[in-house]
Amino acid sequence: MQGHTEHANVTSSSNTTGFVISLMLTLISFGMVASGQFSTPLTLSVIVTMAVLQVIAQMHFFLHLDTSSGQRWNLMSLIYTLTIIVFLVVGTLWIMYNTGIRMMPMMH
Amino acid sequence: MSATALNSATHDHGHDHSHDAKENAVFGFWIYLMTDCILFASLFATYAVMRHNYADGPTGKELFDLKYVFIETMFLLFSSFSNGFAMISMHRKDRFGTLKWLALTAVLGLGFVGMEVNEFTHLVVEGNGPDRSGFLSSFFTLVATHGAHVSVGLIWMAVMMGQLYFRGITPAITSRLMRLSLFWHFLDIVWIMVFTVVYLMGVL
Repeated sequence: MQGHTEHANVTSSSNTTGFVISLMLTLISFGMVASGQFSTPLTLSVIVTMAVLQVIAQMHFFLHLDTSSGQRWNLMSLIYTLTIIVFLVVGTLWIMYNTGIRMMPMMH
Repeated sequence: MSATALNSATHDHGHDHSHDAKENAVFGFWIYLMTDCILFASLFATYAVMRHNYADGPTGKELFDLKYVFIETMFLLFSSFSNGFAMISMHRKDRFGTLKWLALTAVLGLGFVGMEVNEFTHLVVEGNGPDRSGFLSSFFTLVATHGAHVSVGLIWMAVMMGQLYFRGITPAITSRLMRLSLFWHFLDIVWIMVFTVVYLMGVL
């Protein structure tokens, strides 16, 4: 059986838990940047961590994605997609950064 | 496994959607969402490359208003929350409960799109449109692609509300609403990356 996402097991409590967690993570991110009292590397690592946690929280509580056997194909396709995304984003940044460095002398 | 599901669907003429066929439809939609993830990843990669190419134009720090973006974020998060309640009502076969929650979801989604259109209009009027710099080109492409998805989701939602009102909670409508719900939650997940990478990192 595949494609169990958003199945009948949607409950009011999981929806509320997902919402409260998302709200808190969003508040931490915006609050930290708005306060401006932390160093840039620290702020950067915290907001990226909060974003990753919120993506995982929403996938779990809103999309009901987990590692159960019913979710196997959803999860497999997601892992495959994430792999492609890493190649795409890291590859693009790597190539463009290198190109940028090599182009530098020409700009002056 | 999917072959079995498809076979049982073709032999099952009595119902307009067998259980397995409905699950397959939702899984197929999930695959579409995965391809959409790759579309957004390409736009994010482009933005990451272009984000400092200001061409002597304004920077993100000068253009972005965090309070405004926070309110936009809340509109979308609350709409995802109310969409969850629409799904719960749907599984309870509560037609008007589902309609009520979907209406709230649509109003919140409309608030989000309205705020985004307003933000874009101000940027363009002040001469900071997508033609101003590489940074703004990639900014408009990424954020507007997300906004276009939300707008399409709103049209879909309006159609589903009409179908629900006139036909009630049928198996076909349940399946469509499940896919709409996936789409809506997915757009909120993409927005988490947008507000983090574009707006929060932009003002750092």
